[in-house]
Amino acid sequence: MAALALTLLACAATRAAAQNVAQARAISQNEAAAMAKAKADSALHPYTNADVDFMTGMISHHAQAIVMARWAPTHGASASVQTLCSRIINAQRDEILLMQTWLRDRGKPVPDAVPRPMKMIMNGVEHEMLMPGMLTDEQMRQLDAARGNDFDRLFLTYMIQHHTGATKMVKDLFDTYGAAQDDLVFKFASDVNVDQTTEIARMQRMLAALVFGVEPK
Amino acid sequence: MVFDVHRPRTTSRHVIAASLALFATAACARSTVSTSTGAIGPTPMGGVMSTMPPSPDPRIGLKAGRFDAGEAAWNIRLLSTNPSQGPFANSTNSDLAFLGNYAIQGNYDGYQVWDISNRAHPTLKVSNYCPASQSDVSVYKNLLFVSAEGNYGRIDCGAEPVKDTVSKERIRGIRIFDITDIAHPRNLANVQTCRGSHTHTVVVDPKDPANVYVYVSGSAPVRSPNELAGCSNANPEEDPNSAKFRIEVIKVPLAHPEQAAIVSSPRIFNDLAAPPTHGAATADIAELNAARARGAFIVNVFGQEMVLPPYIAKPILDSIAKARGDSGHVTGADSAALRPLVQGMVDKMIGPPGPKRGPTQCHDITVYPAIGLAGGACEGYGMLLDIRNPTAPVRLAAVSDSNFSYWHSATFNNDGTKILFSDEWGGGGQPKCRATDPRDWGADAIFTVEPDHSLKFQSYYKLPAPQTSEENCVAHNGSMIPIPGRDVMAQAWYQGGISVFDFTDAAHPKEIAFFDRGPVNAEHMAGGGSWSAYWYNGVIVSSEISRGLDVFELTPSGLLSQNEIAAAKTVHFDYQNTQGQPQFVWPASFALSRAYVDQLERSNGLSSSRISDVRQSLASAEGASAGQRRDALNKLASQLDGDTSASSDAAKVRLLATSVRELAAK
Repeated sequence: MAALALTLLACAATRAAAQNVAQARAISQNEAAAMAKAKADSALHPYTNADVDFMTGMISHHAQAIVMARWAPTHGASASVQTLCSRIINAQRDEILLMQTWLRDRGKPVPDAVPRPMKMIMNGVEHEMLMPGMLTDEQMRQLDAARGNDFDRLFLTYMIQHHTGATKMVKDLFDTYGAAQDDLVFKFASDVNVDQTTEIARMQRMLAALVFGVEPK
Repeated sequence: MVFDVHRPRTTSRHVIAASLALFATAACARSTVSTSTGAIGPTPMGGVMSTMPPSPDPRIGLKAGRFDAGEAAWNIRLLSTNPSQGPFANSTNSDLAFLGNYAIQGNYDGYQVWDISNRAHPTLKVSNYCPASQSDVSVYKNLLFVSAEGNYGRIDCGAEPVKDTVSKERIRGIRIFDITDIAHPRNLANVQTCRGSHTHTVVVDPKDPANVYVYVSGSAPVRSPNELAGCSNANPEEDPNSAKFRIEVIKVPLAHPEQAAIVSSPRIFNDLAAPPTHGAATADIAELNAARARGAFIVNVFGQEMVLPPYIAKPILDSIAKARGDSGHVTGADSAALRPLVQGMVDKMIGPPGPKRGPTQCHDITVYPAIGLAGGACEGYGMLLDIRNPTAPVRLAAVSDSNFSYWHSATFNNDGTKILFSDEWGGGGQPKCRATDPRDWGADAIFTVEPDHSLKFQSYYKLPAPQTSEENCVAHNGSMIPIPGRDVMAQAWYQGGISVFDFTDAAHPKEIAFFDRGPVNAEHMAGGGSWSAYWYNGVIVSSEISRGLDVFELTPSGLLSQNEIAAAKTVHFDYQNTQGQPQFVWPASFALSRAYVDQLERSNGLSSSRISDVRQSLASAEGASAGQRRDALNKLASQLDGDTSASSDAAKVRLLATSVRELAAK
């Protein structure tokens, strides 16, 4: 078991290897069965383009959180911020797999876990748009340049912004006709909403403690 | 799909996993044979019975498969697996309630009622197709309550999803059925709530026989006010009727359950972050006033006034001066320019001011009416509530824990001196029991309930066996098992299986039995595993998300004797909602007294010669005529009174003496 987990971790470490795994999976019979099941499910609770866009966009969104969190050990983050970052990496990496599997089972394009703007077609013109709350390149550079206390403060500020954007994505999804009927999308989106709202509250307390030296109880 | 052959044993041949599983099954079978002869009676326990968990852990490397997975069991025996049928065959099974001989199993497409009179061969009594997630179920007398949360649930129980974002067809809230004739349920009422019902809790107020109450916990987003009037997603300072930061209480008049309606929406989270205890101190207030007098920037952080530290203020002032073209010389005008902006800057960074309200909702609330308390598992907090007035619960204590991601459920021990909270890290769909996942994340946290109703952390308990990346696994629903004199719980860990553990010593919880299967799918995560594992009238019933209803019995071991199991089986309920925690009361029985004797042997609370004397006395009393039995038992009880002072486990000796005396009076 331990060996298996290590193998999987190693796989996750290199994207190339992960893609091989993904390709191997795509052709397996189990995958065909999963797709058949997904089709059967979606006959009952059909998904919409909004669900696909949400799952696709959230992969990039999560991927950026992971990039930010991975800087903690090298940027002199405090122990509590490092713990927070470990949790964000662990949670969001698993959720990316969930979203990729959901898309793959439905025969949709499966984006890699890299932060990038979504291509949106508006009025017939393609625009590149960051998902709500995602950091701009300038903000990312600023965070990457910070060390120690400054890193902690910027990280918490930006991750609050980032998580707040995720909860907005959930709200937008729920406000869309026919969306979030699919059990997995409904549960995942609801979980993102409560988990990240809870984490925002935790980060606000951490940030207040950092800035003011006292944690308001 | 046909599930006529659903429980093949691990007889596979070609992988190491299978041989490990085979070893596990064999080991389990051996221990069953060696222990099942320890029938009720003066048979000494211990010695021949192992207290050691099997090594290597047989849960590791189990073969995958939905209905042909490898299985590992220790001190527990699977009596039957009953796959969901018909339209339920491929949808998610959820929580359980019990009524008489029936186990009512929620499902995202409705619920199924199993007759478990014959636990080795339960039969499907009826199923009610009525889609809604999560279909959390509870019963009270002739009423069945079902949670509806997902967007697709229809009032008319139809299959066609509700696509409109605003629709009068949608149900998010509580469905109430009359199950006087369980085979023909009748939908009496639907109580709609703003966030729907993820879970709910039926509250039986011992002082109010005319009504029952339902606490609704809904963690999904707030629905549109156009769909349900009055629903508001704003914060309470913007809209006092906000549907966030409150729970809903439904009152169900038993004479007219069709009139069930929301009667209160207690804001149990208000002021959760009241100023710290030292905030009110005179010295602090003086310091703040002094800072104000010298012109420092005072900002409101979570309802508390604080001085903005100079290292934050200075660079901002510098930049204002610089913008003015005068770097390095901050003037009073610069300060004055900053003053009206500073609160907004802090708000942007940390969050809006105003009272800290804590979580916006609970995930689940377990009420324990016999002691007037409830445990609320509410997003970032675990709470202790006073529920003596059920429509106005009062928060007594709240705890948070940086290791906890999401407070999910609560369970009291029987005497209400401990409370266990679970952390559903990852929401239940993620594999959080891998060897690489921290042991204190996604675990249970065990607290003692102190005399002043504060909660004191004691320890974490997490499933001891690592699971694969293909198994969703985290702490989930469980119940107390009525082992007298001990705190023993059965708990579901999704695809981590079922773990039975003892937390009598709150600082050192210990697993005493387990059951596990391999992953549902070997190659990718397929949701499954035990949603709930609850003790009910002598068996452990588990709702398996994708595999059906499992029924188990405990088997004796060095960690749990035959007498303790027999005593647990003397506790009987007519119905059970696990989140309406029932109090165990053990009727006097020879099994009960023998269970205490076994525990005194285990704790060395009595000498081995006294143990065998007491066992002998109990055996001869049991065989004697009524009059002689009474005299013999009273005599034994008096002797045990005398043993108390010398015993290192005096409390247990007293329990034993009382049980013997009650047996004499029976």
